[in-house]
Amino acid sequence: MFEHYVSLFVKAVFVENMALAFFLGMCTFLAVSKKISSAIGLGIAVIVVLTITVPVNNLILNYLLKAGALSWTGLEGAENIDLSFLGLLSYIGVIAAIVQILEMFLDKFVPALYNALGVFLPLITVNCAIMGASLFMVQRDYSFGESVIYGAGAGFGWALAITALAGIREKLKYSDVPASLQGLGITFITVGLMSLGFMSFSGIQL
Amino acid sequence: MASNNSIKKTLIVAFSLCVVCSVVVSSAAVVLKPKQLENQALDRKSNILQVTELYQPGDDVDEKYAELITPKVVNLKTGEYSHDLDPASYDQFDAAQDPATSRTLSGDNDIAGIGRQENFSTVYLVGDPEDPDQIVMPIRGQGLWGLMEGFLSVRGDGNTIVGLSYYDQSETPGLGGEVENPRWKAQWDGKKIYQDGDYSDPEIALVKGGASNDYEVDALSGATLTSRGVTNMLRFWMGEQGYAPYLARFHDDSQGGA
Amino acid sequence: MATDSVKDVVLSPVFKNNPIALQVLGICSALAVTNQMSVSLVMGLAVIAVTAFSNLFVSLIRSHIPSSIRIIVQMTIIASLVIVVDQVLRAFAYEMSKQLSVFVGLIITNCIVMGRAEAYAMQNGPVMSFLDGVGNGLGYAVILLVVGFVRELFGSGSVFGLTVLPTVQNGGWYVPNGLMLLPPSAFFVIGLLIWVLRWFNPDQVEKTEYRIVANSKAKIKETANV
Repeated sequence: MFEHYVSLFVKAVFVENMALAFFLGMCTFLAVSKKISSAIGLGIAVIVVLTITVPVNNLILNYLLKAGALSWTGLEGAENIDLSFLGLLSYIGVIAAIVQILEMFLDKFVPALYNALGVFLPLITVNCAIMGASLFMVQRDYSFGESVIYGAGAGFGWALAITALAGIREKLKYSDVPASLQGLGITFITVGLMSLGFMSFSGIQL
Repeated sequence: MASNNSIKKTLIVAFSLCVVCSVVVSSAAVVLKPKQLENQALDRKSNILQVTELYQPGDDVDEKYAELITPKVVNLKTGEYSHDLDPASYDQFDAAQDPATSRTLSGDNDIAGIGRQENFSTVYLVGDPEDPDQIVMPIRGQGLWGLMEGFLSVRGDGNTIVGLSYYDQSETPGLGGEVENPRWKAQWDGKKIYQDGDYSDPEIALVKGGASNDYEVDALSGATLTSRGVTNMLRFWMGEQGYAPYLARFHDDSQGGA
Repeated sequence: MATDSVKDVVLSPVFKNNPIALQVLGICSALAVTNQMSVSLVMGLAVIAVTAFSNLFVSLIRSHIPSSIRIIVQMTIIASLVIVVDQVLRAFAYEMSKQLSVFVGLIITNCIVMGRAEAYAMQNGPVMSFLDGVGNGLGYAVILLVVGFVRELFGSGSVFGLTVLPTVQNGGWYVPNGLMLLPPSAFFVIGLLIWVLRWFNPDQVEKTEYRIVANSKAKIKETANV
């Protein structure tokens, strides 16, 4: 069992990297990768939010939405209810709510962390990596335990990718890039090359 | 605009929005549900028909399926048909999730990498169910990127392959994804699974550098791991843990087991 | 903005002010679905529909939305529309919805949809908002199709599934460029596309943050920028 979790984690971080293999969370990925310090901040915020939201959405799916999931209520006919079409709406609601709660919680109890991460939290609600991880969890039918590991792994992979890109972009500032390729253009090409590098992890089986 | 921010107004807007949206979403889901289920069923039927190579583009899938195919549920351990399970309602993918109707595989038992295997599987018989022309069996296993799901069809002797086709795979396009290439798929026709009636050890495999006999199929170029996945999946599902006990029933001694 | 002509509202996001190429919005869910043109087309249409109708509905009720729950109201409208689109695709284009998998759902977090609702529909009338949504959706769809065209043509030798360059695997002469079908190529194609677009529109070029002073070796310091 332990091996299975390790393999799932490694796969989520490297092989199925959210940013570089599935292009998720690209808007923030490109916008907030100019400095390593802010990239790390955002990366940590993503890890935290993913580790919480994916398992919570897993519970919602298994105990509320899935076909027959409501049978625990004991109501008559409950096992025939299939609410899975409400999935998208529930997941985004859960994500928005958790981000909001996390923000308030940090503000009140861990002000130091709030000062470091606070500005990034609102950005996270519209980060497709968060939503994407929940949707992949649904598609691949992860159990609760798997979804915790997968959430953490996906977040870690995303954080790794954005930190690496920020490192490259900090150096890239000093290079002589053709004028029209400046900024966005060269960033895309850099990300492409990184993505190519990450492809070499494919086929790793633990 | 200030009145918009009063608590009362906020609650009214939030509540009415919820009502309107839930009505829209639910009615869309309810109205379209039958159509979606129909599509899913149709998709599965056309996948089954395609692997038998009896399906021509333009044929009516439902009609052809009803005419040719009889589904049966097979007990994988004994190879006998099950009389208790109804092929129309039995879902082996659900069964594989449920500990009561499946078993855990690990290590050397799980060369296909599927984790759990159902105790009963649905097979699709083409022609006369007592003496079928073809037997279509669902198989699945790990490729390079993820689970590959498909059907393998064999002739009535339970040994000669008609075709192998995957309906769900996420292999690298252009390399492993070539499992869907018609030219690659065409070479499966006529290949044999078992040698000399030895049902405990399927011979069929993908080999590099050109197939030289009836038990070998060309591997996919540039896709070593996908090819290995396909071989392992066939070895597993055609082996003792898979359909071998069932296929052995079709073994005809007069043909020398070839 | 009330004076915007219909033509401007629809066409400017397509060429002059493209949401993907210029504002870097909404590329999140876009790139993974561009290895085939037909898939890009369906995705483009889905985004046009969602952007246009979310703009329309947000604009219709804009004077009643309390600012405190503004974002969540927009989000709910968008999410409901996406669910409807997803259900329709599953019912009428089953094959396609299987290929798009989770990416239809990800239209919810597509920054274009949210961005237009917040920036345009909250201030403008329903008709113009609807058109603005169509325009921005079109701008998105055009980029998807261009990227899809390049990737499918060079990666599989076909356009919309019709063979243009017969590939070696099928007995033709064209050796397909496998890289084009892999994720990284989407980045390269978009990067090069931006290069080309800015070549023709020099005013869109970003300012360099740092310029090496010519021929002044002594002045260059190792600015350890951490």
